[in-house]
Amino acid sequence: MDLLTFARGPGLFWAVTIFVIGVLWKLVGVVLLRAKPDLSVARKPSAWTGLRLILTRTWPRREFLQSTAYTEVLGYTFHIGFFVALAFYLPHILFFEDVFRGLIGVNFQGVFGVSWPYFSGGVIYFSGAVAFAALIALLIHRIASPVKRLISNFDDYFSWLVTIAPLATGMLAFSHVGAPYQTLIAVHLLSVELLLVWFPFGKLMHTFTVFLSRGTQGMQFERKGATL
Amino acid sequence: MSPADVNTEHPLELEAPRFSVKKPAVRHDKQGEVPDAERVKRAMQNFVKDFGRTAAIYMESCVHCGNCAEACHYYVTTGNPKYTPIWKIEPFKQAYKREYGPFAWFYRTLNLKSAVSVERLEEWQELIYDSCTVCGRCSLICPMGIDIASLVTLARHGMSKAGLVPHELWAVAERGEKEGSPLGATPKVFKERIEWLVDDYEVEIPLDKAQAEVMCAMSSIEIMKYPESIVATAKIMKHVGADWTFRLDGYEATNFGLLSGNAEWQREMSMKLINAAIACGAKTLILPECGHAYGALRWMGANVYGKPLPFRVLHIAEFLAEHVKSGRLKLNKIGKSVTFHDPCQISRRGGAIEAPREVLTALGVELREMEPGKGLNWCCGGGGGVVTIHRADPLRYRVFQLKMNQIDETGAELPVTSCSNCRQTFDDGQAHFKWDKTMNSLLEMVADNLEEEAA
Repeated sequence: MDLLTFARGPGLFWAVTIFVIGVLWKLVGVVLLRAKPDLSVARKPSAWTGLRLILTRTWPRREFLQSTAYTEVLGYTFHIGFFVALAFYLPHILFFEDVFRGLIGVNFQGVFGVSWPYFSGGVIYFSGAVAFAALIALLIHRIASPVKRLISNFDDYFSWLVTIAPLATGMLAFSHVGAPYQTLIAVHLLSVELLLVWFPFGKLMHTFTVFLSRGTQGMQFERKGATL
Repeated sequence: MSPADVNTEHPLELEAPRFSVKKPAVRHDKQGEVPDAERVKRAMQNFVKDFGRTAAIYMESCVHCGNCAEACHYYVTTGNPKYTPIWKIEPFKQAYKREYGPFAWFYRTLNLKSAVSVERLEEWQELIYDSCTVCGRCSLICPMGIDIASLVTLARHGMSKAGLVPHELWAVAERGEKEGSPLGATPKVFKERIEWLVDDYEVEIPLDKAQAEVMCAMSSIEIMKYPESIVATAKIMKHVGADWTFRLDGYEATNFGLLSGNAEWQREMSMKLINAAIACGAKTLILPECGHAYGALRWMGANVYGKPLPFRVLHIAEFLAEHVKSGRLKLNKIGKSVTFHDPCQISRRGGAIEAPREVLTALGVELREMEPGKGLNWCCGGGGGVVTIHRADPLRYRVFQLKMNQIDETGAELPVTSCSNCRQTFDDGQAHFKWDKTMNSLLEMVADNLEEEAA
């Protein structure tokens, strides 16, 4: 079995399996923990409105804007760049549609009535490069900032590595640089698989838990009328 | 006045601007004779004892962005990264991932998280107690929405069980448990105070009425340092025509069980108030000008009791605001400029932000808000039990400067607050810096400006 066959076959299968089971294991393991009911009389009739924190905490409050600007701007630059490159690149879309069809037996277009939009390769490459540069800047900040350096651990650096790896290998594959195309694609796929395998064990889980934690603080604070 | 200092082991210091036990010649920041391994075990077991879904969600969500440092007065004034709020619970975060999280086996197998030692916990005592007022400002900057302050409270539960509480905080908490008050305001002292105040101020102060619509409580700082607050409460209650009482079986709202992390003591202290209010059939329990007392009873009281409380719990400022609205509380206009210092546990974390402002509006003041203000207000630095800890003084004075600057920048004539712990922190800071501003009590300001004809 050559590298590409492994990456496309058993490699992908096991990576996705570990990812799905791991994510579910962690989320279920946390969500199923006991939650004591709050017996105090709420100040506000419905705490559900506190779920707005899921949206409002997306950007810092005015008072914190200046002091967190570097992290916030670079963080968003990375996230948006990464998302665009992941979700709007035609070969990725073809891959996802293939998985989609495999899972539910119909085309994406057949379900949603529209085809999946995509950007040109140049836009995607630029987007990936921006995300790549933002990640480099974030790493430099993590090492240079006394606060970030102190609180960082293996998870922070390894998660950074497995996140930048698919970006780097993807850009190399796009440019056909450094190795035969098939090898580049195989390495790109393997780097994605590494990310998927690590995902449930480290901080990448914030992709899901951010909604839980913001929602929890939002609802608990809202019932008290506390500042959100 | 006798402080009724029955505890000679940890004598009180009631002459200084800040009330605490006297500065100890030898510190005992480790309580009890327990093997180190047992301390660590107790710390971790009790940290997770109340560790439900909420705390686990928070623990799993941190991305180590470090933003929380920028919201913390200790980091902002010192630039020392160890004061980064999420770092303050690092040993507990480590223990959670290694011992209790869904992937604990994974972290242990690969040794990604090492076991916590007692030395590490001792090192962290300063971060969990001396340099955290549990003000919760960090909880508002966290992009993941982690309520870091609530995790510090859980960490204190663990530290308390392990016998790793700072000397003075433990000593006042123990006094509270043994004597009914952390600062010597025992039932005997409280009764004597009331008799003295009734004579001196010629006010009626009902004590131990069998039935009353309203039961009031005081904080030990008010009883011992600002007894005029008791008089102010009595005057206001008479003014609004309340059927009210103090009760010797439940008058002390200060809860050092909560601040030190001793959940059992916290419960016992809260239950005294709850039982007293039930005994006199009170429909409303009024909490005094005390920040953490509000959190302890208004938001944690029912959970301690195990069912919804059969009475309302109001902070005195909320009670005043209600009576301003109802028209029963009629006030003279002061005509001065005022800035209001929001006590963290009442405003930011307690939600009673507008009530004191409604009262100030009724007093006809020109209200000048601080920047940042209201729920984003900087803490005075004395909350969370920090003001009792002598070794924390230099750091506390450092963060107090933020507060002084904020108030000076408003140019207001009078700073006002509704927390006696904040007030004594201001008194102490004022003396230390020879500052020209004196913190005022909203309660006393109202009592001094009651319209005579309505009284």
